[in-house]
Amino acid sequence: MSANGQALLSVRKVETYYGKIVALRGVDVDVDRGEIVTLIGANGAGKSTLMMTICGNPQARAGQIIYDGQDITNMPTHEIMRLGIAQSPEGRRIFGRMTVMENLQMGASLVAEEHFDEDLRRVYDLFPRLKERAGQRGGTLSGGEQQMLAIARALMGRPKLLLLDEPSLGLAPLIVKQIFEVIAELNRNDGLTVFLVEQNAFHALKLAHRGYVMVNGNITMSGPGRELLKKEEVRAAYLEGGRH
Amino acid sequence: MATSTSSLPAPARSSSLADSLRDAGTAALLVLVLGFFFLGVRTDIAPGGLTLTFRWGLLISAVAVVFAGRLALNLFVFKAKQPVTGRMAGILEGTDLSGLGKWLSRILLAFAIVLPFFFTVFFPDRDRQYIDLAILIMTYIMLGWGLNIVVGLAGLLDLGYVAFYAVGAYSFALLAQNFGFGFWMALPLAGLLAAFWGVILGFPVLRLRGDYLAIVTLAFGEIVRIVLLNWYQFTGGPDGISGIPRPTLLGLEFSRGDDGFAAFFGLQYDSIHRYIYLYYIIFILAIITNVVTMRLRRLPIGRAWEALREDEIACRSLGINTTNTKLTAFAIGAMFGGFAGSFFATRQGFISPESFTFLESAIILAIVVLGGLGSQIGVVIASVVMIGGIEMLRNLGFLSQIFGPGFDPTQYRMLIFGLAMVMIMVWKPRGLISTREPTVVLKEKKRIGADMVAQGEGH
Repeated sequence: MSANGQALLSVRKVETYYGKIVALRGVDVDVDRGEIVTLIGANGAGKSTLMMTICGNPQARAGQIIYDGQDITNMPTHEIMRLGIAQSPEGRRIFGRMTVMENLQMGASLVAEEHFDEDLRRVYDLFPRLKERAGQRGGTLSGGEQQMLAIARALMGRPKLLLLDEPSLGLAPLIVKQIFEVIAELNRNDGLTVFLVEQNAFHALKLAHRGYVMVNGNITMSGPGRELLKKEEVRAAYLEGGRH
Repeated sequence: MATSTSSLPAPARSSSLADSLRDAGTAALLVLVLGFFFLGVRTDIAPGGLTLTFRWGLLISAVAVVFAGRLALNLFVFKAKQPVTGRMAGILEGTDLSGLGKWLSRILLAFAIVLPFFFTVFFPDRDRQYIDLAILIMTYIMLGWGLNIVVGLAGLLDLGYVAFYAVGAYSFALLAQNFGFGFWMALPLAGLLAAFWGVILGFPVLRLRGDYLAIVTLAFGEIVRIVLLNWYQFTGGPDGISGIPRPTLLGLEFSRGDDGFAAFFGLQYDSIHRYIYLYYIIFILAIITNVVTMRLRRLPIGRAWEALREDEIACRSLGINTTNTKLTAFAIGAMFGGFAGSFFATRQGFISPESFTFLESAIILAIVVLGGLGSQIGVVIASVVMIGGIEMLRNLGFLSQIFGPGFDPTQYRMLIFGLAMVMIMVWKPRGLISTREPTVVLKEKKRIGADMVAQGEGH
């Protein structure tokens, strides 16, 4: 689906297994530079598995993952992250007993120290709430603040590609809107490439340039976000009778 | 967190004293009846067969103890409006030990520096005993601090820490025996060897966490001990190694001879000099352990340990090499265990596998857990209480007046240990010092209480 052949990330025929159970059955996904690409699908479709496979945990059993011209299929997670991919994992996974500041420091552990203050100011501008909470323990933040922290922590690593796994999970609609606005802003102003896994199909497709629909470990549909939004199958499966 | 007793329904107030007395009386009567045969009567083998001796004193004191104890429990716990245990929990929770921490640690440090002189001046006839006890406590503080890196910071439950203590001790003993190494030459080597074994242990357990990790480390500790016990030609097996050299001060021995420490400085020879010297060695080693740990906590590696304790997957997704992080935690923790081990060898002059049983690991871990995982001052308090407490039991000789000549309070130390553990875990489930000091501070210092985080998280 890559429009102009300069994909930052391309996933080719990737198959991932949990033991003998197949989770991904030959998935193809492309994310171009400067794009927001979203992957929607029901619970258990394999969305998070794809995201984790890109990060090398678990590794794909077949297929290939190319990032920035480099084959990262069999690289260990921490080395993949060093190439400029940052992830805000499913369930946020912030460090509960460490302060907001320390969480952000952990995010910056791969970046030269001289950038720290500047980057810190930048994420505080994006999420002013985090600045107020800088000395507070991560575990005491509200769900929305924790999600902001998870994204901010990922941004501290100065990524070229940001992977977001269900940032809207369990958050109030207003907070979801706020977070999605920040994502759009990052993409617009800084040209950050974003790969977004979501169950909240409506917001995700509205935000994204392109979208993929995953069903049972297969990509069944793809196309520009707003077009997918209009498709009858997508509306029936992911939009009607729920959400917005 | 209120204790369960406070939620018991309160009985009618009016007759509470009479009720309590009646209840205590019933309990005392039960003891009288049951105890008559167990305590009151004793059979002895005499020439003509068995003879009965009656021990009324013992029986009556047992009855009195039960009566008084039951009455007190009734009045203050079972039937009290506000059970005393609830208040105890309040006190334990309410006291902000951490705010005290800074001052307490300064006072303790100052006391630790002058400690040998304090004892020689104020307790001249028992100074050797007290300084020896201080050396022992200091050794456990150092071991606690070393283990705190692995368990408290990196969150890797290690039940075999004593293995590194043993490696350190045997490294020095064998280097001294076979190559004539002195303490100061062997010390860094012992630390390195222990660190090496820390990595050896680290590799197979990289994928394990929690219970599984605990079991494997437990086995590792036992393997090391059993190898030491059975490799007779190399380690001396159960006979151990004796004649381990004492530490010297720039080549000066603490001996009576003309080239000894006392003669060199023109002092009257006194064996206390050696104790004081040993004390300062372990004191400095322990302080080094502490300073290095505190320093590491503020460096990326220390933060990575703490992050690892909190969430391993998040760590990996931030580009942290969790393999290296775990291995360095094991290695550095083990290294300090090794230093402490070689100090132990030089202090004792004799080592055998008997000193490195699982019980030692358990005591060190108990010190870390009781003190509060990750808390440095907590380890100090727990060591003083636990190790000092055991020693105090030896001085309770008067109890044998009550319980009979065969009564040895030290036999009950495990019982008391267990009781103390249970009480602390009920009232302070995260240890005595359950707060964590942030490593970076923006403007003001905010303490981070750990009590609001779900228990067992991140372990």
